[in-house]
Amino acid sequence: MNFLSLFVLVPLLMMLGLWVARNVNQVRGVMVAGASALLVLAVTLAVLYLRERAGGATAEMLFTASHVWYAPLNIHYAVGVDGISVVMLLLSAIIVFTGVFASWKMQMLTKEFFMWFCLLSVGVFGFFISVDLFTMFMFYEVALIPMYLLIGVWGSGRKEYSAMKLTLMLMGGSAFILMGILGIYYGAGATTMSLTELARIHIPVEWQRIFFPLTFIGFGVLGALFPFHTWSPDGHASAPTAVSMLHAGVLMKLGGYGCFRIAIYLMPEAAKEQAWIFLILTGIGVVYGAFSACVQKDLKYINAYSSVSHCSLVLFAILMMTQTSSTGAVLQMLSHGLMTALFFAIIGMIYGRTHTRDIREMSGLMQVMPFLSVCYVIAGLANLGLPGFSGFIAEMTIFVGSFEVNDVFHRTLTIIATTSIVITAVYILRLVGKVLYGTVGNPAHLQLTDATWDERLPLIVLIVAIAGLGLMPWGFSHIISDSVLPVISQLAR
Amino acid sequence: MEHTIFLLALPFLSFLLVGLLGTCLKPKVAGLVGTLSIAAVAVLAYVTAFLYFTAGRGADGAFATLMPYNFTWLPLTETLKIEMGILLDPISVMMLVVISTVSLMVHIYSFGYMDGERGFQRYYAFLSLFTMSMLGLVVATNIFQMYVFWELVGVSSYLLIGFYYKKPEAIAASKKAFIVTRFADLGFLIGILIYGYYAGTFTFTPQAQVLAAAGTMMPLALGLMFVGGAGKSAMFPLHIWLPDAMEGPTPVSALIHAATMVVAGVYLVARMFPLFIGYGPEVLHLTAYVGAFTALFAAVVACVQTDIKRVLAFSTISQIGFMIVALGVCTSADPHAGGLGYMASMFHLFTHAMFKALLFLCAGAIIHAVHSNEMAAMGGLRKYMPVTHATFLIACLAIAGIPPFSGFFSKDEILAACFQFAPWMGVLMTFIAGLTAFYMFRLYYNIFWAKPYDAAQAGGHTPHEAPKSMTIPLVFLAAVTCVAGFIPFGHFVSSDGQAYDIHLSLPVALTSVVVALVAIGLATWMYKGAAQPVADRLATTFKGLHHAAYRRFYIDEVYQFITHKIIFRCISTPIAWFDRHVVDGFMNSLAWVTNAASVRIRGLQSGNIQTYTMVFLGGALLLVVILLLF
Amino acid sequence: MVQMELYLIVSTIMMFVGIYGFFTRRNLLAILISVELILNSVDINFAVFNRFLFPGQLEGFFFSLFAIGISAAETAVAIAIIINIYRNIRNIQVKNMNELKG
Repeated sequence: MNFLSLFVLVPLLMMLGLWVARNVNQVRGVMVAGASALLVLAVTLAVLYLRERAGGATAEMLFTASHVWYAPLNIHYAVGVDGISVVMLLLSAIIVFTGVFASWKMQMLTKEFFMWFCLLSVGVFGFFISVDLFTMFMFYEVALIPMYLLIGVWGSGRKEYSAMKLTLMLMGGSAFILMGILGIYYGAGATTMSLTELARIHIPVEWQRIFFPLTFIGFGVLGALFPFHTWSPDGHASAPTAVSMLHAGVLMKLGGYGCFRIAIYLMPEAAKEQAWIFLILTGIGVVYGAFSACVQKDLKYINAYSSVSHCSLVLFAILMMTQTSSTGAVLQMLSHGLMTALFFAIIGMIYGRTHTRDIREMSGLMQVMPFLSVCYVIAGLANLGLPGFSGFIAEMTIFVGSFEVNDVFHRTLTIIATTSIVITAVYILRLVGKVLYGTVGNPAHLQLTDATWDERLPLIVLIVAIAGLGLMPWGFSHIISDSVLPVISQLAR
Repeated sequence: MEHTIFLLALPFLSFLLVGLLGTCLKPKVAGLVGTLSIAAVAVLAYVTAFLYFTAGRGADGAFATLMPYNFTWLPLTETLKIEMGILLDPISVMMLVVISTVSLMVHIYSFGYMDGERGFQRYYAFLSLFTMSMLGLVVATNIFQMYVFWELVGVSSYLLIGFYYKKPEAIAASKKAFIVTRFADLGFLIGILIYGYYAGTFTFTPQAQVLAAAGTMMPLALGLMFVGGAGKSAMFPLHIWLPDAMEGPTPVSALIHAATMVVAGVYLVARMFPLFIGYGPEVLHLTAYVGAFTALFAAVVACVQTDIKRVLAFSTISQIGFMIVALGVCTSADPHAGGLGYMASMFHLFTHAMFKALLFLCAGAIIHAVHSNEMAAMGGLRKYMPVTHATFLIACLAIAGIPPFSGFFSKDEILAACFQFAPWMGVLMTFIAGLTAFYMFRLYYNIFWAKPYDAAQAGGHTPHEAPKSMTIPLVFLAAVTCVAGFIPFGHFVSSDGQAYDIHLSLPVALTSVVVALVAIGLATWMYKGAAQPVADRLATTFKGLHHAAYRRFYIDEVYQFITHKIIFRCISTPIAWFDRHVVDGFMNSLAWVTNAASVRIRGLQSGNIQTYTMVFLGGALLLVVILLLF
Repeated sequence: MVQMELYLIVSTIMMFVGIYGFFTRRNLLAILISVELILNSVDINFAVFNRFLFPGQLEGFFFSLFAIGISAAETAVAIAIIINIYRNIRNIQVKNMNELKG
C-alpha cells in the first residue's frame, strides 16, 4: 500500500479508536497518539520528499499510486505529492495536532466531537494527497460536511444560523466545482480524471471560458473570494476553538490550492483571459477585509476579516501568475494557516476565561494572563508582517512577484494590495492596545489565571513554526518554487 | 573581519536569553547579561573600526568595502533575492561605533534609572533586540536587508515606547509611532519594489547601463525610499510620532529617539548617495528642502514647549533636518566640489548622537530627581545636581555650536555646504542654528536657574544627584562631546572615499558663532531670572502664534482628523456596514427568497384530493383540447 | 328500440354529476356516493357498448359485474374508514381531516 494513504488511514483508525474509547482520558489518548502520528508522518514525508528531489527525482508528483475505482468514468483513487502538497500536509498536521490540545477541555459529547474532527481531517488530508479530480472533490465534500455539525452542535452564539450559512455557501461553491470538474472531464475528451494527464490535454478554449470561472469561483468561495466571503466571519465566530483553527488554518487553504491546482493549471488560457476580473475582486478583498477588521468589536470577527484580507492575498498572488508570486501564495497559505490558528487558539483561551469576546469589555489582560497576552502580541506582530515571522516572507515574495508583471493595471493593484500592511498594523495595534495593555477594567478579571500546560503547548508549537519559517525561509521557498513551475510553464504554453 | 558576526549574534542571543527566561532571572542578572553582551559588542565594534581604518586604503585611495558574510536568505526571482550579510564600509563602521557606544551607555545608565521598575528584564530584552536590529540595519548588504531590520527597529521602538503599558498615553504613543512609520515604510517598500525591478538587484551597486535604461523610474524609487527615511527620521509631515514617543522610558528616548534609530533615514540617504547623485539629483535637493523646512518648523516649536523631553524631541527633529539638508545640498560626489555635505552630514550624525544622547540622559537624571517632565516643576537645580548641570551645559554648548565642542565643527561643515549650494540656504540654516542655541539655553536656564527650587511645592522632596551608574555615562559622553570635534572625520568618511581635510571656513564659522552667542545672550536675558517678564510679554503679545506653536501647529489634530474621522468613520465603518448589510444581506436574501419560494410551492402540494383531481381533470382536458386542435 | 346515444347521454350526465359532486361535496359520504356514481356510469357504458357494438360477446357484461363487485367491497371499506374517522373527530367533513398535514 502506498505510504501516502496512511494520511487518510490514520484519522480513520483514530475514529475507530474513539468508537471503542470508554472515557475522556482514553479519548484524549487516542487523539494525542493519532495527531502525533500524523505530525510524524508529515515530517517524514517532507524529509523523504526532499531526499527524493535531492536524489534527482524530476517527476512532477512523487510517491504516486493509482487504483481503479470506477472504470466507466475513469475514476481512480490516485495519490501523489509535490512540494506544495507536502507543505500543505505539514501545515494540516501541525494544525490538527495543536487543535487537539486546544480542545483539551471539551466538556460536551467529547467523543462525538473528536469523531467529527477526525472525519474532517480525513477530508483535508485526502484532498491534499489526491491527484484525481473526482477523488479530490470527494474528499473536499468529506471535509465540508462535518463542519456543519461541529459548528451547529458545539459552537457558540448564533450557531445554527452560522453553521447553516457556512455549509450552504460552501455547498453552493462545491456545486460550481462539480460543474467545473465535469466540464474539464468532458472538455478533455472524457478519457481521464488524473490531474497530471489532464494537464497534458488541451481543453478547447471555448470550454475553458465557461468552466474556468465556475471552478475558480467554486474554490474561491472557500478561499474567501470577495464577495463570497461572508460565511467566514459568522462561521468562525460561532465555531469552537479547534474547529476555527482547522477551518481558517487548513480548510480555507483548500480553496487556494484548488484554484491553483485545478482551475489555473488545467485551464490556463481562460485563466489568462479572465484573470483581470478576479484580480480586481481579490484586490478589493485584500483592502476591504483589512478595513472591515478595523472597526469590529468581536475578537473573532477581527480575525475573521483579517483572514479574508490575507486569503484574498493568496488568490491575488495566484492570479498574478508569475513563479515568484505563486510561490508567495503558497507561502502565504502556510503562513496564514499557522498565524490564524494561533490567533483562534488564543482567542478561544481568552474567551474560556472572560466569557466575552467583546473588546470593549476587556482591558489590561497583560497583567492577569501574561503568557497568553505575549503570545497574542507575537501573533499580532506576525500577522502585520514583521520580519522574523512567516508573514513577512510570504508578503514580500508576493509583492516582489506581483511587481514582476509590468503593466499599469497589475502595478496599480499591487500597490493597492501593499497598503494592506499599514491597515493591518492599524487594527492589530488597536486590538493589542485595547485588550492587552492598560489597566484591568473589569474587577472580575483580576481573578483570572494564565494558560495551563495543555494550552501552552499548542501555542508554543505554532509560534516556533511561525518563527522557524520566518527566520529560515530559503528551504521552503525552494521546495515550493520548484513545484510551482509546472503550473507556470502551463501558463506560458 | 569574520568576528563581525558576533556584533549581531551577541545581542540576539542576549535578547533570546533574557526574553525567554524573563522572569526566571533576577532583574540584576538580566541587566548584567544585556549590558555585558553590549559591552562585548562595543569592544568588537572598536576593534572592527580600528582594524578597518588601519588596514589602509586601496589603490583608488578609498577604504575597501568588505563583505565578510553574505548568504541568500530568501530567493525570489531568477535575479532578485534577499541576502543577509555584513557590509563594512566607512559609514557602516562609523555607525557601528556610534550605536554600540550609545547603547552601552544607555545600558549602564538604565541600571540606575530603571531600578526597581516592574519589567526590568523585559526592558533589557527589548534593548538587546533593538541594538541587534539597529546594527543589522547599518551593516545591511542590500536594500532589502535594510528594510528587514528597518521594520525590526520599528517594532522594538514600538515595544519600548509602550514599555509602561498601563499608561494610556504610552499605549497611544507607541501605536502612533508604529503606524506613522509603517505608513512611511509603505513608501519605502514600493520604492524597493521599483528599484528591484528596474535595477535587477537589491544590492547598492547595480550596473550602470541597467540603471540608465530605467529612466524616470529610478528617481521615483529613490524618492519613495526617502519617504520611508522621512518617516523614521521624523521629517515633516511625518514627524508627529517622535514627540509622543517620549512617553517611553528616558534612556530609550536617548538611544532610539535621539541617537540611533531616528537617524536611520539619514543613513539610508547616505547609503544610496551615489545613486541619488547619479540618477536623482533633483530628488536629493527635494530632500534638502524638506529637511530645511523641518529644521525650521521644529526649532520654532521647540522654543515654546514646556515639557523638557518634548523640547529635546523637537530639537532632535530639527537637528536631523540639518543632516538631511547637508546630504540634500550635495551636487556631486567630489567633496571639493559640492560633495562636502555628505561628510558634514555623517559628521553631524556622529557628534549629534553623542551630545543628544547626553542631553536625554541628563533629562532622565533630572526627571528621576524631580519626578516631572514639566519645566514649571524645575528651576534652580544646579545646586542639587552639579554633575548633571555640568554635562548638560557642555551638551547645550555643543548643540549651540560653540567651539571647541563637537557640535561646532560638524554644524560648521553643514553651513559651509549650504552656502556652497545657495546663499539663502546658508542664511536660513544659520538662522535655525541661532534658534537652536536660543531654545536650548531657554531649556537650560529654566531647568537649572530661573526661580529657586521649591521643595514645598514638590511635597517636601529635595532633588539629589543621580547615582553613579547614571552619572558615569553622562561624564563619558560629555568627554566625548568635548573631544569629538577634533577627530579628523574627513579622513575616514567622505563622499568619494578619498581622505578629505576638514578646514574651517572662517566667515561661516565666525558668523555662526556670533549668531549662536547672540542667541545665547538673548536666552540669558530672557530666562535666567526668577521672573521672566520679557518672555511672558512676548507670549501674550503674540498669543495666537505662541499658542499655535505650543500646539505644534495643529499637525497632530490634522492627523487625528484623518485617522479617526476619515479612516475609521468614513471608510472602515461604511465598509463594515456594507459587508454586513449589502454583501451578507444579499446572501441572506438569497436564502430568504429560496425559503419564500418553497413556502409558495408547498401550497400546491396541499394533500387535498379534491384539488388534485381538479388539477388532474383540468390537465387531462387541456391535453385533449391540445390533441384535438393540433 | 332505444338508441345507443340515449344510454350514453344518461351515463355521461351521471359521470359529470359524480365528478361535480366529488369536487364540491365536503362530506365524506357524499364524496363516496359521487365516486359510486362515476363508477356506475362507467358500468353503464360497458354494458351499452357490449350490447350495441359487440352483441355476440359477454366481456362487457362481465366487466360491469366485476366492477360492481369491486365497488361494493370498496364501499364497505370506505364506510368502515369513515365510521372510524367519525369516531375520532366526531364528524366526517373533509376539511377537518388534516391531522397528518405538516
